[in-house]
Amino acid sequence: MADPMRIRAQASGDKATVRVLMSHEMESGQRKDASGKIVPAWHIQNVTASLNGKPVFSCEWGPAVSKNPFLQFTVKGAKAGDKISVTWKDNKGDTRTDEATVS
Amino acid sequence: MQTRRQTLKHSAVVAGLLAGTGLFPRYALAFNQGAFDAKSIADAVKALGAAGAPAQSSAVTLTAPDIAENGAVVPLALASTLPNVKQLLLLVEKNPNVLVSVFNVNESVEPSFATRTKMGQSSDVYAVAITADGKAHYAKKEVKVTLGGCGG
Amino acid sequence: MRMTLNAAAVAAMGLLLATGAALAQKTSTQAIEEYREMLQDGNPADLFEAKGEDLWKQKRGPRNASLEQCDLGKGPGVVKGVFVELPRYFADTGKVQDLESRLVTCMSSLQGIDPKAVTEAAWGRGERANATALATWVAAQSKGLAFNLPQSHAQERTMYEVGKRLFFQRGGAHDFACASCHGEDGKRVRLQDLPRLTGNPGDGIGFAAWPAYRVSSGQMWTMQHRLNDCYRQQRFPEPDYISDATVALGVYMGVNAKGAKSAVPTIKR
Repeated sequence: MADPMRIRAQASGDKATVRVLMSHEMESGQRKDASGKIVPAWHIQNVTASLNGKPVFSCEWGPAVSKNPFLQFTVKGAKAGDKISVTWKDNKGDTRTDEATVS
Repeated sequence: MQTRRQTLKHSAVVAGLLAGTGLFPRYALAFNQGAFDAKSIADAVKALGAAGAPAQSSAVTLTAPDIAENGAVVPLALASTLPNVKQLLLLVEKNPNVLVSVFNVNESVEPSFATRTKMGQSSDVYAVAITADGKAHYAKKEVKVTLGGCGG
Repeated sequence: MRMTLNAAAVAAMGLLLATGAALAQKTSTQAIEEYREMLQDGNPADLFEAKGEDLWKQKRGPRNASLEQCDLGKGPGVVKGVFVELPRYFADTGKVQDLESRLVTCMSSLQGIDPKAVTEAAWGRGERANATALATWVAAQSKGLAFNLPQSHAQERTMYEVGKRLFFQRGGAHDFACASCHGEDGKRVRLQDLPRLTGNPGDGIGFAAWPAYRVSSGQMWTMQHRLNDCYRQQRFPEPDYISDATVALGVYMGVNAKGAKSAVPTIKR
C-alpha cells in the first residue's frame, strides 16, 4: 500500500486552503531504463476531496505532473474542526485516502 | 504590444491544444484518456475544428517561474475571475503530452489551484479556463528550463 | 517565512512578474531565487520525515525493538538538538560518528539489523532508504537551532584536521579537491552559486542544508549522499558509506558552520 499523504488544511474566513503532498513515482512513460526499455507510465489519474463527507474537489492528472506531487486548492464554506478527506487513484487502479482536520 | 497576427497565432495554438485534448468545445467531467494522449502541437492543430477561437484573457492568471532550475519540478498556479468557470487546465506546449492537468470547478471550490509539472525543455505554458458556454480563455507564459550544477 | 499561494498572492505575483519583466531584465540569479522561493511551501521531504518518525518508533529487526532508546549524543532517546552537534565522539564505540553512522550503530545494537544491510544497499533502497528517512526526521527536530559541534575530545579535534586535509587534497582524473569548487567566494557552476565551505556564511548555506529533497532526482539526499556524489562528480572513486573520511569532512564543515541555523530539511534543484 502506498505511503500516506501529508495534508494541511488552514481556515481563513469561511474558506480553507488545502495543501497536499502525495507519495507517488508519477512515471511519465517517456523514460528508458538501463537496458533501453521504456519504463511504463505509472501515475495518479484522479484526485478527489470531500469536506465532512461531501465531495468538493476533483481533478484529473496526466503523466506530466511531478513525482511526489504537490496540490493546492481552496474549499469554500469550511471552518476549523471540519474534516477534509483526499483520495487519489492511479492508472494501475491503486488508491489511497487520507484525512486531516481543518485548523 | 502584440500585433493582431500574434494574437491570432496564439489563439490558433491554444485552439489547437484544446482541440487535441478533445475537451473543446464540450467539456468532460471524467478522466479523458484521449485528452491526455494529445502528443504534439502539430497533431492538436490538425484536429482543430472548434467553433470560435480561444481568447487571451486577463481574467485568467498563470503563475510560473521565469526559469526553472530543473525541469522535473516546475511550480504552476492558475486562477480565474471569470464567471461560470467549469474547468481550469494546464498545458505545456513542448511536452510530449501537452495536457498536464484538468481541475474541475464547482460552487464548493475557488477557481484557483496549484501543482507542479515536469517540463522536458523550455516552453510556453498555458492556463486555460473553460466557461459554461463552452468558450475557452487563456493566459500564457514562457518558462525556461535549465539543467544546472554539474549536469545532474 | 513561508510563501503561500492563495488567490490574492497568485494574482499579485502574476502582476509582479509581468511588470518586472516589462520594466527591467531580471537577472538569472533573481529568477532562480524566485523559483526556489516558490518551492518552499510543500517540500516532499515531509513525506520522508513522516516515514522516519514511524521507523524510529516501530519495533523492527531480529530483536523486535524500536529505536527510541538510541543515543545520538545527548542521551538515550533524545532527538531534539542532536543534529546540530553531530558528528561527535561516542564513548561506546570509541569513535567520532555522524548522524547516519550513529543510526546504523543503533539499528544494529538495539534492533539486531546487520549494518551491511545499510552500508551495502543502494541509495533509496531497503535499509539504506530507511536510514535516510530516519536521518531526515532526526535532523528536522533541530530545525532552526544553531550548529555547535563539540571539539572537547581529542578525537574530535583530530577528525577536524583530517577533514580539513581531505578538503584541500587534490586528486582523481581532474585533479580536483573539494576546495576547487568550494574554497573561494564568488564561484559558480552554470547557474548555481557554489558556497565557500571553509566557514560561514558558506557552511550555513552549504552544510546546514542537508538532508535535502532533490527535485532533479526526486530523492531525499543526506550529507552522506551529497559527499558521495561530490566525489563522483570530481571523478574520484566514491567513498564508502559512513566511512571515516566522510565523517571527517562532516566534522570540518560542521565545526566551520558554528552558529549558523540549521535549515534542514530543505528542497533543492
